[in-house]
Amino acid sequence: MQALKQHQGLVAPLDRANVDTDLIIPKQFLKSIKRTGFGPNLFDELRYLDEGYPGQDASQRPLNPDFVLNQPRYRDASILLTRRNFGCGSSREHAPWALEDFGFRVIIAPSFADIFYNNAFKNGILLVPLDEGTVERLFQEVEASEGYRLAVDLEAQTVTTPSGEVLHFEIDEFRKHCLLNGLDDIGLTLEHEAAIRDFEMKHRSAHPWLFRDREVS
Amino acid sequence: MAGQTLYDKLWSQHLVKQREDGSALIYIDRQLLHEVTSPQAFEGLRLAGRKPWRLDANLATPDHNVPTTLKERAAGNAGILDPVSLIQVQTLDDNCEAFGIEEFRINDARQGIVHVVGPEQGATLPGMTVVCGDSHTATHGAFAALAHGIGTSEVEHVLATQCLVAQKMKNLRVRVEGRLGTGVTAKDIVLAVIGRIGTAGGTGYAIEFAGSAIRDLSMEGRMTICNMAIEAGARVGLVGVDDTTIDYLRERPYAPTGEQWDAAVAAWRELVSDEDAVFDKEVVFDAAEIAPQVSWGTSPEMVAPIEGEVPDPATIDDDTVKRGVTRALEYMGLSPRQKITDIRLDKVFIGSCTNSRIEDLREAAKVAKGKKVADSIALAMVVPGSGLVKRQAEAEGLDKIFLEAGFEWREPGCSMCLAMNADKLGAGEHCASTSNRNFEGRQGYGGRTHLVSPAMAAAAAIAGHFVDVRDTTLSPREA
Ligand code: SF4
Repeated sequence: MQALKQHQGLVAPLDRANVDTDLIIPKQFLKSIKRTGFGPNLFDELRYLDEGYPGQDASQRPLNPDFVLNQPRYRDASILLTRRNFGCGSSREHAPWALEDFGFRVIIAPSFADIFYNNAFKNGILLVPLDEGTVERLFQEVEASEGYRLAVDLEAQTVTTPSGEVLHFEIDEFRKHCLLNGLDDIGLTLEHEAAIRDFEMKHRSAHPWLFRDREVS
Repeated sequence: MAGQTLYDKLWSQHLVKQREDGSALIYIDRQLLHEVTSPQAFEGLRLAGRKPWRLDANLATPDHNVPTTLKERAAGNAGILDPVSLIQVQTLDDNCEAFGIEEFRINDARQGIVHVVGPEQGATLPGMTVVCGDSHTATHGAFAALAHGIGTSEVEHVLATQCLVAQKMKNLRVRVEGRLGTGVTAKDIVLAVIGRIGTAGGTGYAIEFAGSAIRDLSMEGRMTICNMAIEAGARVGLVGVDDTTIDYLRERPYAPTGEQWDAAVAAWRELVSDEDAVFDKEVVFDAAEIAPQVSWGTSPEMVAPIEGEVPDPATIDDDTVKRGVTRALEYMGLSPRQKITDIRLDKVFIGSCTNSRIEDLREAAKVAKGKKVADSIALAMVVPGSGLVKRQAEAEGLDKIFLEAGFEWREPGCSMCLAMNADKLGAGEHCASTSNRNFEGRQGYGGRTHLVSPAMAAAAAIAGHFVDVRDTTLSPREA
């Protein structure tokens, strides 16, 4: 996983609540057995005027000029500003893969769906929850000034606006630690291998019916 | 000290390690795998040179991509016409073979939607932790199992370590008391709950469904409700163990037998929330007040009772909500205040992990019996949740009822729930669907989904538009 300590980037506003994972990446692209290459199909149904399918050359497709990411001023955005309950719906990790592949490193919203929250962090995307009022204000600022950038500092848990205003955000220690250091979750868990074996032995003797290999071992 | 909730008990029984930063490692008893969210996880294992921690904890079956037409299915994997889908199903087969994981392949009678297969086999047991790379894993909570939907990185993590990094959730109890009206089902309960608490109402919570109306439900009905906990924002839905749970599991292939069965049953009886357990939040519903529900919009919280109407954005104060409703009406091609019974339909889909079990098919068949699908309906299909559900339905003659009424009778799989195979809606088509999500494009590009119960879907197929299944002529149940 790519580490993220500080990030400074252009902000794109996606003014919509309850953005679901089907909208982030439609299911026809879930047929891939790879983790990469989903960027061109991020928000596919909003971004293009035609229906997308896997393996297509996206550069030849008609763009929807009204969609925010198609507007020249937001083309190079790496911070997504959006509304409440972002990422609801399925558990598909293709959603954060697509966001990351497109170039988003930070997403700011009043709230995020649970499974998406986990999936995003596992892919080096920082999710910044800010209250509704603040998000509303950021929307107004972004729309009012072209080239609007934010500076995010994970260590300090702050977002700094162009006017110098510093906003604080919450993140749990474990995720912060992993993201700051780009740590592989599995490696970290396997440091507790002995504890897992220990637990497993006790669990097996208390609930033997949960282990179907019991006759053979 | 206050008593424990069911969730608290399950959590502490699986806690391997509590870390100081608030995260914890919990032990996973069962992982269900399917073709869409597992390839990258197996690939990750391979790249890191890791092996699965415990093979017998895993069970796999392809479901999302499989064709549902008899002709294609007869050819096995070779019948999957879309080459990209074929690669995915083949990759699952190859991975299970290479790593030694048990799989019910495409033409195994036990194949089906993972969330139908697990319980049906007794591979989901009370007191288990169950995970699957699919958000509807919440379904298994109907058995008092702690069941989470997880992402692909987590699938790999569980394969490699038998643990999940988790954070303890808060407890929410949804109590539904009293008796459901005739023709009103588990699906209507859960749609009504989501309509009231919203799609983010359960975020951060494990929801326990309790109350006399839940206890009166069959396991199938409880699964329907837990299945859609995720549509209320909760990763976990739960129902405590009672006789219904235990009776369902007796003699299932993966369930314990003999002395182990008795020991297991004794342990399972403890899997209920203590009388004095404290929940962080509680919501109470009166079952008698719940009418058959129909979703009109593009989020599962956008529901109305059958006798109701589509909302009028002009009467909504909250700006974000107003914009959402306006956009939804536009996408759905509906006008403000339109009566739900005036919504005309093009297709009908009875299936998905929410409503494709034998009881669901029985309810739909009761309504369809001796009737005909309306001429205006281009396609009405019934897709059983598993090969075994299909077989059972055929033994009861349900297939004949559907076929005579003009429904198509298909092979098991996810089908038009998410339209990854050939079963989909055309742009602008309205569908009465027993599935769980009505997001834009979910059932096909530009498709318009209305979530309903199996009985309501069957009644809509016959009328060509939504009708109140409680009308005596269509009543699915003898009161
Ligand atoms: S039936 Fe639908 S919701 Fe259920 S697992 Fe399949 S695609 Fe997902």
